Amino acid sequence: MAAISRDEVANLARLARISMSDDELDHLAGEMDVILGAVKRVQEVASADVKPTSHPLDVNNVTREDVVTPSLSPEQSLSGAPATAEQRFKVPQILGEE
Amino acid sequence: MSIRDSAASMAAALAKKEITSVELTNQHYQQIASTDKDINAFLYLDKVGALAQAELVDKKRLAGEKLSPLAGVPLALKDVMVQKDVPTTCGSKILEGWKPPYDSTVVSKLKAAGIVILGKTNMDEFAMGSSTENSAFGPTHNPWDLSRIPGGSGGGSSAALAAFQAPLAIGTDTGGSIRQPAAVTGTVGVKPTYGAVSRYGLVAFSSSLDQAGPCARTVLDAALLHQVIAGFDPKDSTSINQLTPDVVAAAKKLDVKGVKIGVVKQLAGDGYQKGVENKFNEAIAELVKLGAEIVEVSCPNFEYALAAYYLIAPSECSSNLARFDSIRFGLRVGDDGTRGAEEVMNLTRQAGFGREVKRRIILGTYALSSGYYDAYYGSAQKVRTLIKQDFDKAFAKCDVLVSPTTPTTAFKIGEKSNDPLAMYLNDIATIPVNMAGIGGMSLPCGLADEDNLPVGFQIMSPAMKDDRMYLVGGALEAALLAKWKKPILDFAPKLVGSK
Repeated sequence: MAAISRDEVANLARLARISMSDDELDHLAGEMDVILGAVKRVQEVASADVKPTSHPLDVNNVTREDVVTPSLSPEQSLSGAPATAEQRFKVPQILGEE
Repeated sequence: MSIRDSAASMAAALAKKEITSVELTNQHYQQIASTDKDINAFLYLDKVGALAQAELVDKKRLAGEKLSPLAGVPLALKDVMVQKDVPTTCGSKILEGWKPPYDSTVVSKLKAAGIVILGKTNMDEFAMGSSTENSAFGPTHNPWDLSRIPGGSGGGSSAALAAFQAPLAIGTDTGGSIRQPAAVTGTVGVKPTYGAVSRYGLVAFSSSLDQAGPCARTVLDAALLHQVIAGFDPKDSTSINQLTPDVVAAAKKLDVKGVKIGVVKQLAGDGYQKGVENKFNEAIAELVKLGAEIVEVSCPNFEYALAAYYLIAPSECSSNLARFDSIRFGLRVGDDGTRGAEEVMNLTRQAGFGREVKRRIILGTYALSSGYYDAYYGSAQKVRTLIKQDFDKAFAKCDVLVSPTTPTTAFKIGEKSNDPLAMYLNDIATIPVNMAGIGGMSLPCGLADEDNLPVGFQIMSPAMKDDRMYLVGGALEAALLAKWKKPILDFAPKLVGSK
């Protein structure tokens, strides 16, 4: 039995906000099955007594003094946006979708 | 003075005023013009910015100002590092035409050191790949054989060095993207300790693994560049607040008497090309002659590193690449007034991302999803712990660890591009270093008998002991140079120039 179905891949693509053609889905479902078959090896040694490591360093929250320092201007911040209006990012309609 | 010289020699010629930085920069642009139609190492050339920087350095030198050791020397910058007002694509259509409004910390440091940034180099899209074939802008070709890959993801940087288009380059290494390209092009590449070089302005792929580092043609050149880019940065919350070890002094020391070198048993054997193993063993014999002590070490969990990596890196990338949302920068597709934001986002990401990037986002989304998290991402994190423990035990017995950098020499373009698993195997020897956040270097150790292509020798050092790999690398490089009588790139076929 396949580790992952085509429907599951379609659902993941929806969650990841990537449209996919039928061809893309067919192809990717097959590849995902092979890759998952290979990477599931991690389960062989991942016993309950092993602590997980999420990062090579002990990551701590870093804060700075609350002092105003030079930063990007609004124009610079918006300079790469596909569309802007009134010093804001202009987005397609977000309400009224199904 | 020739463009085939080391960066250190170029810097010396500049200091003696035998050549100006403007002249040196122009010589490199000429070499790029005559070779890059064949190589495709560069995605963008910033001639105006580079020549302005070169002119400024020349003026300062004439005025007798004190300059940094590499001032006026040209460099190629991997296109994953942002540079103000210079297009940064990460090899992706989704960022085509985007000009960052700020400099990464690495770029700020390069500029402050008077280094001349020639342009941006090609790479696998968002640094995902081992061949540069995943670039949206076409593959880069290996100067040793144009039908072969230059490694990846930093194939543009390694090819630029091997084609004498630049004496220095910046790479980034998440699972081997500096070291593997260095290995297959006969150049030197270093992944510093995680946290040693700032990630501010490095477009994130897998944040707990990504690390920028120096690429060059000699160990000393890499050390000189390492010294420029390393150091604490308050803009990166994972930056290590410690002094950078003196890597330049280590590279110059050329003395490995009594240094304990561990050969990792698991990074050999099945899957490793005969000629790669032979050249690796010959290099070990050179180190013995130099008085180093060789010990065999066992790292049994390295066997699981590749599988763990291909869960951790995709998981982090599925989160990091959510920022490419068609709203704040880059591509937007299908915004015709009838479609809502979510549909536009879906269409943009379909059109903007390539196959490998989509594959990894989907894989990561799966590994992190409820119901599968413990079995996949959680298990991979445990493997990461086991790999760190293997390294700790090994470093208790020796100063550095060594292995071949890659299991094979450069393969043909197209040979593995339809088989993701075969492609992933290229990183089998480089990945453990990233998982543990330690340092790793690749330097050339000869040409494989079967195909006359370069073989990489990997040196791994404990966190923040990066000087150790420069010590061993520098000594080995000098011994091999004495044996070969000329630098390895002098054995490469002459580049014919553009067709």
